[in-house]
Amino acid sequence: MANFETVEVTTDLLICGGGMAAAGTAVEAAYWAKKNGLKVTLVDKAAFDRSGAVAMGLSAINEYVGYGAGDNTLADYVNYVKQDLMGIARDDLVYNIARHVDSSVHLFEKWGLPIWTDENGKYVREGRWQIMINGESYKVIVAEAAKNAMNDAGFEIIERVFIVGPIMDGDRVAGAYGFSTRDNKFYVFKAKAVCAMMGGAVHVFRPRSVGEGLGRSWYPPFNSGSSAYFTIQAGAEMTCQEIRFIPVRFKDAYGPVGAWFLLFKSRATSATGGEYMVERKAELQNWAPYGLVKPIPANLRNYLGMLDVDAGLGPLYMETAEAIQKLAAAAPDEKAFKKKMKSLEAEAWEDFLDMTVSQAILWAASNIYPEKSRSEIAACEPYFIGSHSGGSGAWVSGPEDLETPYKWGYGNMTTVQGLFSAGDGTGASSHKFSSGSHAEGRYAGKQAIRFILDNNSQPNVGDVDALKAACLAPLDRFEANKGMTTDPEINPNYIRPMSFMFRLQKIMDEYAGGVVSAFKTSKALLERGLELLDMLKEDSEKLGAEDNYELERCWENVHRMCQAEAHVRTILFREETRWPGYYFRADKPTMDEANWKCFANCTFKDGEWKFEKKEVVDLIG
Amino acid sequence: MPSFVIVEKCDGCKGQDKTACMYICPNDLMLLDKDGSLGYGEMKAFNRDPSMCWECYNCVKICPQQAVDVRGYADFVPMGASVVPLRGSDNIMWTVKFRDGAVKRFKFPIRTTAEGSAAPLGGFDEGDGDINSANLMTEPASTGQDTLPTL
Repeated sequence: MANFETVEVTTDLLICGGGMAAAGTAVEAAYWAKKNGLKVTLVDKAAFDRSGAVAMGLSAINEYVGYGAGDNTLADYVNYVKQDLMGIARDDLVYNIARHVDSSVHLFEKWGLPIWTDENGKYVREGRWQIMINGESYKVIVAEAAKNAMNDAGFEIIERVFIVGPIMDGDRVAGAYGFSTRDNKFYVFKAKAVCAMMGGAVHVFRPRSVGEGLGRSWYPPFNSGSSAYFTIQAGAEMTCQEIRFIPVRFKDAYGPVGAWFLLFKSRATSATGGEYMVERKAELQNWAPYGLVKPIPANLRNYLGMLDVDAGLGPLYMETAEAIQKLAAAAPDEKAFKKKMKSLEAEAWEDFLDMTVSQAILWAASNIYPEKSRSEIAACEPYFIGSHSGGSGAWVSGPEDLETPYKWGYGNMTTVQGLFSAGDGTGASSHKFSSGSHAEGRYAGKQAIRFILDNNSQPNVGDVDALKAACLAPLDRFEANKGMTTDPEINPNYIRPMSFMFRLQKIMDEYAGGVVSAFKTSKALLERGLELLDMLKEDSEKLGAEDNYELERCWENVHRMCQAEAHVRTILFREETRWPGYYFRADKPTMDEANWKCFANCTFKDGEWKFEKKEVVDLIG
Repeated sequence: MPSFVIVEKCDGCKGQDKTACMYICPNDLMLLDKDGSLGYGEMKAFNRDPSMCWECYNCVKICPQQAVDVRGYADFVPMGASVVPLRGSDNIMWTVKFRDGAVKRFKFPIRTTAEGSAAPLGGFDEGDGDINSANLMTEPASTGQDTLPTL
């Protein structure tokens, strides 16, 4: 076996991950742990300052309710989220995040995040729920507060350690194991509670760009399904594994469209100038009641655009020039018009420079001036992102102080004792975005500390030698076999992680409704896909890694494969089409409210997948 | 390439306690060729897996030598443009060069407080300190309302 030193870290609360949810958990848990004499440790595969989906920055905060100032009510937010997800969301979870999210946003502002304000000092709204920020350093600032809280309490943050999976003591989580991506060290974390906050999943499906631009996914390529793998392998019940998210973005570089639609009031059109949201309005009747309420659900907006593309009316465009000219035209004179045009131009570019620099490069390289010409938009590939308009994640307990039927323990605890999650890690609580993920992380962090105070014993980790051997096996396999061929890339005894990922992506793309299949699939395709996934699973025992970097990539792809299987099996279980702009079950092409207005939940235990429906209970009128 | 390292400018962060780009990359892509044995030059950094690069620019922003730049993805970006940041302590300046030669500059604020100064409680009243209450630290003060709402 590869010569890795075993490092044991014993703590009370272990936080796995370093994005917005983990940063929220850390700042909150550090506060409550210090007060109660407990210890918190955070472990992450990246550097905390720039870890997670907000690594590049953001140009807006998409969940700010403003209930204190009377901007909106919490009930309105819950209804908006459930409507966007075609009726499938947990009222209790969405409500809980919404009542805590304003607190997180107000803290961000105090910590140093520049939030746009108007002449009265009120936040500038991008849309009803969104506010504009100068967010290049959003993640740096949020991580800084968490680091300061952790340092002040004497707690440790361990960077560049990749968490492979959970360690269990019967039905209770006992910790986690992984390895350093920098040194030859195998890590065993022993904890009384664990927060799995390692983001969503990208590169499960084949991206549109498969050359150098492979990494230019809309959501970051380093979100590799580690939260889903961790909770599934721990035996936790999962929900909404079928609800992938497909954003429509500026084509190829995937620059954000939110500011264009909401702030600049831009129209999306087909190549012939038709507006699909207007011309295809009648189609929305087929998806009633959700299709008939504004805002139209994201997936239905996608779907209407896809129908135009299917009809040969592509490419689709964002009418940027028209929108900017229209806004500037409201200026009273020539001087004011020029000033307005300049500020709109700067706002348009900042939108990209804050969060998707690639789109700025693509525009500059294509000589696109948004005030002069329109720009192409397209549907991206599917992603797993429970924090956005997707819904996949762990099924977690509702808040104890709320009247909810979904309650079995501490808030945000999965069905596994001591295992908590938040952000992209939890399901059926969409539209939390960056701010809501932070707020949910804070809530989970406090609840996890409360769990530890009530269950203050160190679970038994047992013998970790087998875990260590399995974790490092790809290194051993490569070392033992590499000498057989002249080219280490091609060897019948192992598969390297990049090839493995391409194999997974090809299966998902062609059988589970990816880009190449125009997001359509069927029972027969899914069943064939599962046969191929089964062989891929067997071959995951033949992954080979040349070094620690490749070992990280190997395990990320095992995580992706687990997310893929949960997804395929759940699409198969749900015998209808409910989110036609995310995926289309061609053999079950309509929505079936009578039988499928429910959560589709799954659990993986003792090598078997179990599926069940869970009722959607309305808690808010 | 997407991110690439300019040979003349990169000094391998020899005066620093760690290689900045290698420290910050969220996808663990930047690597230092310490002795040149990897073929990239002694004490030169490189992007070991360009097709896994998100073009997040964190290596570009953090490099003390301004030795890292980004060239748009070769499989869909026409050549000839560049987007270069200069990140200070409270603002960032961007220079956007178009394929047709036009240049635009933009400057945006990035934070309103001194680096390192973020106090976890943000100056809000810390709250009831009760582990069993629904209030998080600083709530209800930080919510903007006197009490935390409930169903």
